[in-house]
Amino acid sequence: MGISQPTKAPEIIRERDEILSSQINEILELYRGERSELIPILQEVQQRLGYLPEAGLKRIARYIDLPESTVFGVATFYAQFKLVPTGRNMIRVCRGTGCYVRGASQILETLERELGIKAGETTSDLEYTLETVACFGSCALAPVVVVNDRVYGRMTTEKAQKILANKKEK
Amino acid sequence: MTSTVSTVSEQKGLETITLTIDGKEVQAPKGSTVLEAALGADIYIPTLCYDPDLTPYGACRLCLVEIEGMRGLPTSCTTAATDGMVVHTETPAVNQARRVAMELIMANHHGDCLTCAKNQQCELQKIARYLNIEQEHFDRLRKSTQILPVDTGHPAFIRDPNKCILCGKCVRACHEIAGAGAIDIAFRGYAAKVSTMGDKSIVESLCESCGECLARCPTGSLLPKQTVSPTREVKTICPYCGVGCSIYLGIRGNEIVAVRGDEESPVNRGGLCVKGRFGFDFTNHPNRLTRPLLRKEGYGKNIEVDGNFQEVFREASWDEALELVADKLTHIKEKYGPDSLGVLSSAKFTNEENFVVQKFARAVLGTNNVDHCARLCHASTVVAALAAFGDGAMSNSIADFAKADLLFVIGSNTTECHPIIGRIIRQRMESGEIKLIVADPRNIDLARRATVHLRHKPGTDVALLNAIMHVIIEEGLQDKEFIRGRTEGFDELAATVERYTPEMAEEITGVSKADIVRAAHLFAKADRAAVLYGMGITQHTTGTDNVKSLANLLMLTGNMGREGTGFSPLRGQNNVQGACDMGALPNVYPGYQRVNVEENRLKFESAWGTTLSETPGLTVTEMIDAAHQGKIKVMYVIGENPIMSEPYMSHVKQALQQLEFLVVQDIFPSETAFLADVILPAAAFAEKDGTYTNTERRVQKLNKAVDPPGEAKPDWQIVSELAEKMGHPFGYENTADIMEEIASLTPIYGGIRHRRLEEYGLQWPCYDELDPGTPMLHMGTFTRGLGKFHAVEYRPPAESVSESYPLILTTGRVLEHWHTGTMSRRSEVLDKLNPSGVVDIHPDDAFKLSISDGDLVTIASERGKIEAPVRVTDKSSPGLAFLAFHWRESPANALTNPALDPVAKIPEFKVSAVRAMLSVLDRASQDNEFLAKLAENPAEALKEYQLSEEEKAAIISGDIRKIESWTGKLDNRLKQWLIAKLSQEK
Repeated sequence: MGISQPTKAPEIIRERDEILSSQINEILELYRGERSELIPILQEVQQRLGYLPEAGLKRIARYIDLPESTVFGVATFYAQFKLVPTGRNMIRVCRGTGCYVRGASQILETLERELGIKAGETTSDLEYTLETVACFGSCALAPVVVVNDRVYGRMTTEKAQKILANKKEK
Repeated sequence: MTSTVSTVSEQKGLETITLTIDGKEVQAPKGSTVLEAALGADIYIPTLCYDPDLTPYGACRLCLVEIEGMRGLPTSCTTAATDGMVVHTETPAVNQARRVAMELIMANHHGDCLTCAKNQQCELQKIARYLNIEQEHFDRLRKSTQILPVDTGHPAFIRDPNKCILCGKCVRACHEIAGAGAIDIAFRGYAAKVSTMGDKSIVESLCESCGECLARCPTGSLLPKQTVSPTREVKTICPYCGVGCSIYLGIRGNEIVAVRGDEESPVNRGGLCVKGRFGFDFTNHPNRLTRPLLRKEGYGKNIEVDGNFQEVFREASWDEALELVADKLTHIKEKYGPDSLGVLSSAKFTNEENFVVQKFARAVLGTNNVDHCARLCHASTVVAALAAFGDGAMSNSIADFAKADLLFVIGSNTTECHPIIGRIIRQRMESGEIKLIVADPRNIDLARRATVHLRHKPGTDVALLNAIMHVIIEEGLQDKEFIRGRTEGFDELAATVERYTPEMAEEITGVSKADIVRAAHLFAKADRAAVLYGMGITQHTTGTDNVKSLANLLMLTGNMGREGTGFSPLRGQNNVQGACDMGALPNVYPGYQRVNVEENRLKFESAWGTTLSETPGLTVTEMIDAAHQGKIKVMYVIGENPIMSEPYMSHVKQALQQLEFLVVQDIFPSETAFLADVILPAAAFAEKDGTYTNTERRVQKLNKAVDPPGEAKPDWQIVSELAEKMGHPFGYENTADIMEEIASLTPIYGGIRHRRLEEYGLQWPCYDELDPGTPMLHMGTFTRGLGKFHAVEYRPPAESVSESYPLILTTGRVLEHWHTGTMSRRSEVLDKLNPSGVVDIHPDDAFKLSISDGDLVTIASERGKIEAPVRVTDKSSPGLAFLAFHWRESPANALTNPALDPVAKIPEFKVSAVRAMLSVLDRASQDNEFLAKLAENPAEALKEYQLSEEEKAAIISGDIRKIESWTGKLDNRLKQWLIAKLSQEK
């Protein structure tokens, strides 16, 4: 009949919203509600939730009495803030000069093909996010890929495939 | 000159400085910027981001100048001018730098000038010419030809980011002037753009459509959809709310094609809200009445409101229609006496017209049965303030709100109902210079910005205010000198409020004791505090008491008769103040001269050459009841729509159907007009001359801009012609003549003449032609001598919740619409922005009722029921529902309670006990007893019904198929509701 499905849906949404808003409320309780606290609050939400949900931005705006458009403006200005959920694993491919001349483009292409996403996107299972960065300062190891906090140097397309395969096994 | 409150020019003292610009000695007020000093001396400096109403921004880099002794090229808009400064605005270095800046701007602007609607009014274009920019110079800088999507979602304007130069004027206007904060600059670098929250269409944002951004965009990035340019302009007054904004109508042919705010106006300083900027297209609506209409023989008055108009009415000449009305009025007056006639005047039309209408009722018909819809909004204000102060109007001026240290807003959703005043409050809060107390059961916009929000239960105002005064007196914070010198009755007040401890008030109002004490401290300790209030105070059976309590609070703390203080009833309609002033009230002649005082009657009798009735007439609400009882036989309704505006709609409709004869005079076939015998077509605000009096007692001049459609005429002419047909010619040539007569009979308008009003208007009392008017009442002494405290006790609202009606419904207005919607619903832009009534319900109640956002719900009271979609929002409080009264499809007044304030006879619109139910459920339960029971009380239903084990099991497990086999097929939404409800019951 498919009756139970739509019936549960509002409940699920209510639950999810409640979890999200309770997490954000927990964070907000640590702050006094002053406008100067905007960036620390955004950073903490980003860290705890992995992204800044739109409802959360609105909640923050109200809490510190700033227009929501201004909060959105700040959230979109800094590259550290994400407005969509990021994957549990963050893969960053360096495209600095050193890495570029040593084949970063091919490595990026390989990763894109393997994961089925473009740079800047997240896989639908929320497992991986692929990003490019300008330079890690590890040019001696070029080309460089950073997965979560671990640096992989002197990358080749084969090594890139291997890293993904190892990750996926776990 | 500006819409912001504390503008640079106002902060600047009278002190001046002298500087040299381009070799010319220039005087400028101290505190000016170099740019302002130059512009003031008629020296041109190009700029794209400067606006006198906004804080300097320094974004466009075009106003660069050279200043001797300063390094580099400073931006003149952000550099303060100082005494002895030497400035050069046109050196080769300056010009070179300006050209580069301009080329960079133009490289990112997708210019297609010839087809751009901004062509020839574009600031970018002008400056490009001024700086001699050549195509090849900026073409080389073009980085990309990426075309961004244009936002066409808004009914009144488009946003084209491709033409945006990021001057930030729109963003600053939205934050600094409107206080809406719907847009800001988002993203970074090349991707930076003006964006709403989430980069969505502007209609999905917090945008309030005031168009302050649109009015300031220097390019074609923000463009009105209506792009016909006017050929002439006429200055007049906005016909919507009581703020009374001065406007310029742009006219092409016989149509209004543009509107702009009057920058010189002391009321709105150039600012406009969505209704004032986009809401005048109703004047051209095809539904306008253009010829007199008579009800055809054989058509009863039981037709549906949406019935076929043409079928029921036929067109007639003015002569035929007026003859018929004159005959009927004369005949019925002779047969049943003059008090069987009732006239409704209007807060929408001019002072002159109100004067003529009440004169018609009193001198021609011979009755004091004349009233208007002030009865439904501020009748309690007039009664209470006359008793406390001696004047029933706002004591100070709108400009005073900018001078207060504390504003106490109670029962007023100011940002939606009086947007231009709401703006001042927002600006003051943003400046951090004032404290704001908001008392409102709903979490309205101002409540969110307030220092303290007292979220009291509807109808508990007296208890709340008494408790605040209790704290003030107990702690000795009252203004003892003011009380001693200027008031009477303090001891009685003190004795009464002594019993209203914060603890007791917490019990009644639901506001915490701590918040009551905090509000009392804030109010008492403010040097200058003003109270602003609206229908939340007045529309109660205790309306008069509520207003008296506010008067008590103000006198207790000495906040009367000084700048930045005062008593501010915010009047809802453009001319509700004027309609009261003109005596469109059953108990007073113009200027509040009582009809039952012989001296007054003799004065008007001699002026009008006839005898007048000495008994006060019936109020609107009493006339409806009298019509119901058959005591009123005829009503002449002018510019009012009682079917939609009175409480208990079905009762009003019945009353009007029972009349022997009903004449409706309006600009549109209103809901009331459908019940008329004769409909007379009137002219709208832009089609006539006259005056309106705004909420701060300012009499302002209305000027005719276009001709009325067809044979429609100004109301004063129609009523005068009718008077003539009935043998009492008034003999007015024009509206200035009428004003002469008003001035001669109305002391407070004694000095008002049309020729004195063209510029800023005059605030009454204005006793003679040399009187400059009175911005502030009650200075030094109250109009009645001593201010009078009234000890008032709390009385609960007439209706309270019950098991069958567990919610309290409160009504009000929304930003985009106005009153019964006769005008705003016929404005394309306004109606598109807000097309249907929505009931606000708190998430807790929604959960209990298993209702989700967007569901169609049935709201029912003892008096009727309506259907409307629901919005689940924490703007509402638990147990409280809100619905505005603009929509004939979901008329809130079908539900409201007609219980009256005993003195002011104002109905209790703000408190009605209702129930809310999913509409599908309501319909299904009408022929299914089990569902009806279940909807009302599920636990009882399960107990009461003798159910077999199998049935119980099916219900408990939510087995819909089984249940359907007993109840018949259920609607899908109903199935969901049932499952949710049953799971709650487990």
